[in-house]
Amino acid sequence: MSDLAAVADERLAPRSTARRLLGRPELGAVVGAVAVFVFFAFAADPFLQWSSFGTVLYASSTIGIMAVPVALLMIGGEFDLSAGVMVTSSALVSSMFSFQMTANVWVGVGVSLLVTLALGAFNGIMLVRTKLPSFIITLGTFLMLTGLNLGLTKLISGTVATKSIGDMEGFPAAHDLFASHWTVGSVDLQVTIAWWLGLVAVATWVLLRTRAGNWIFAAGGNAGAARAVGVPVARTKVGLYMAVAFCAWISGQHLLFSFDVVQSGEGVGNEFLYIIAAVIGGCLMTGGYGSAVGSAVGAFIFGMTSKGIVYAQWNPDWFKFFLGAMLLLATLLNAWVRKRAEATA
Amino acid sequence: MTTTTDTAAAPLVALTDVSKSYGNVRALRDVSLEVHAGEITCVLGDNGAGKSTLIKIISGLHPHDSGSYAVAGEQVRHASPRDALDRGIATVYQDLAVVPLMPVWRNFFLGSEPTKGRGPLRRLDVATMRGTTRAALLRMGIDLRDVDQPIGTLSGGERQCVAIARAVHFGARVLVLDEPTAALGVKQSGMVLKYVAAARDAGLGVVLITHNPHHAFLVGDRFVLLKRGTMSGSHFKEDITLDELTREMAGGSELDELTHELSRAPAAGAPAAGDTPAADLPAQDPPAATDPETRA
Repeated sequence: MSDLAAVADERLAPRSTARRLLGRPELGAVVGAVAVFVFFAFAADPFLQWSSFGTVLYASSTIGIMAVPVALLMIGGEFDLSAGVMVTSSALVSSMFSFQMTANVWVGVGVSLLVTLALGAFNGIMLVRTKLPSFIITLGTFLMLTGLNLGLTKLISGTVATKSIGDMEGFPAAHDLFASHWTVGSVDLQVTIAWWLGLVAVATWVLLRTRAGNWIFAAGGNAGAARAVGVPVARTKVGLYMAVAFCAWISGQHLLFSFDVVQSGEGVGNEFLYIIAAVIGGCLMTGGYGSAVGSAVGAFIFGMTSKGIVYAQWNPDWFKFFLGAMLLLATLLNAWVRKRAEATA
Repeated sequence: MTTTTDTAAAPLVALTDVSKSYGNVRALRDVSLEVHAGEITCVLGDNGAGKSTLIKIISGLHPHDSGSYAVAGEQVRHASPRDALDRGIATVYQDLAVVPLMPVWRNFFLGSEPTKGRGPLRRLDVATMRGTTRAALLRMGIDLRDVDQPIGTLSGGERQCVAIARAVHFGARVLVLDEPTAALGVKQSGMVLKYVAAARDAGLGVVLITHNPHHAFLVGDRFVLLKRGTMSGSHFKEDITLDELTREMAGGSELDELTHELSRAPAAGAPAAGDTPAADLPAQDPPAATDPETRA
């Protein structure tokens, strides 16, 4: 049995590295990233300076941290429209619980983790119980959280922003963990970049080398078939929503500890940026296909565009237009590349 | 893998007078069938005859309302497909057999992935998965070029064969096949029937659901005919010819009546002639059931 396995099939010509790369989901995104990079390298002089690189990476990481679990969720065949405001909710819970209940921010951080995971579990359990489309379920959560963020903050703090927790016990350590930065040469690197790259690595490992990863692809690719062979599809989907919640917690704590106050109206609209990063990175809208690395490249495109426009000294109002155009181009490019790769494979 | 002793005494699966209703719809009434190791039991019927309901009962998707369902002599009532799987009853569905975008080897082990390492380093044993997939397919006589290709790029027949090989590899004792040759061409149907025979030769009991009497007669040992939710016939291969089977399947006396009616008013009912056993497939591609290379 094992000797059979080792024998390569003579009917298969060894595939060239280029051909193998063509089959990767990230390819379209990488081509797009190079194009955007070259474009801004010519259009904006400061774009090529090392210090700009740190800024671009920081912008990419704030979206990228959330794009990773959102990409996994899309591979698993679902959306999460509440991901953007959930980040704000997480920061608000952390800040207000610390301020109102205790003197130590770590208690708030811990409570926030539990609350945010519960929000993710709510999304997931509602989805698998009611079997409604995730678009509807998470749209509901999105609206409810938006209202709760504003309403509860005003009720508790009296204003739309939380009180400063900068002088509380544990703040410096929490700041180090979620919002510190260090300087390498002339490049200022935020700790979120480390979180982001770490999450991409973990997500890639999970997707490609664990049973859970196999189940994620199967749940999105053909849930019926997966269930019939004994894959716990419901549990996989709840897990994915909780992964989104976990990353929302990380992002939320960054938001809190980098400014020490939180605006309760923030986060609305960000959910689309995460989805855009995942789609540009090669995730199929219909599920079953995509990668975590692709979402990182998608987030990097986002970072380059948002900062490139500033460096080129254009009116930032144009940013959304560029983002939309980029999304369309990237998706078309992805579709074209995939068709080519499948035709010649 | 299967002890074939005492097959006559305790069939692998025995349904006796099984009935099932959905609300006020009586989908199945008093149907009996037996599945023995190393034999193929064919369930024949037209659309709406109750074939799907029967398959759902056997595979554990729905419990039966009345009658008895015994696996190897033991009375059972399956709560889920997992229960049936644990008793060695594997079902290959016509439409939801595989995840198209996933590679063949990932599909093969889906839901039963082997792992190595422990704790956070617990990971898929990719080398074993690839190798075993290749070997298991080869043993069934399926020679795939590349187990890394998405399973969606295989032909419909090949996909059915992978699903059958998968069930055999995971130790199924009873294989339930839902219309494995519907939607397939002549050559591909022959290929699938060949692997069905290979599974039988490996000692499995096979339930073959089909509406094609030609395919059924090629490989079947027992034939159960369903009509409008009831059993209209049950035969051993020795007791029936293909013509009789086809005729009974097509409705027997009803067909005579139809012929009579049509001959009186040929213009009005002409298209209805197509209702006679659909997709009559000339049996020009006999399955090599006894072909030595398909034997395990």
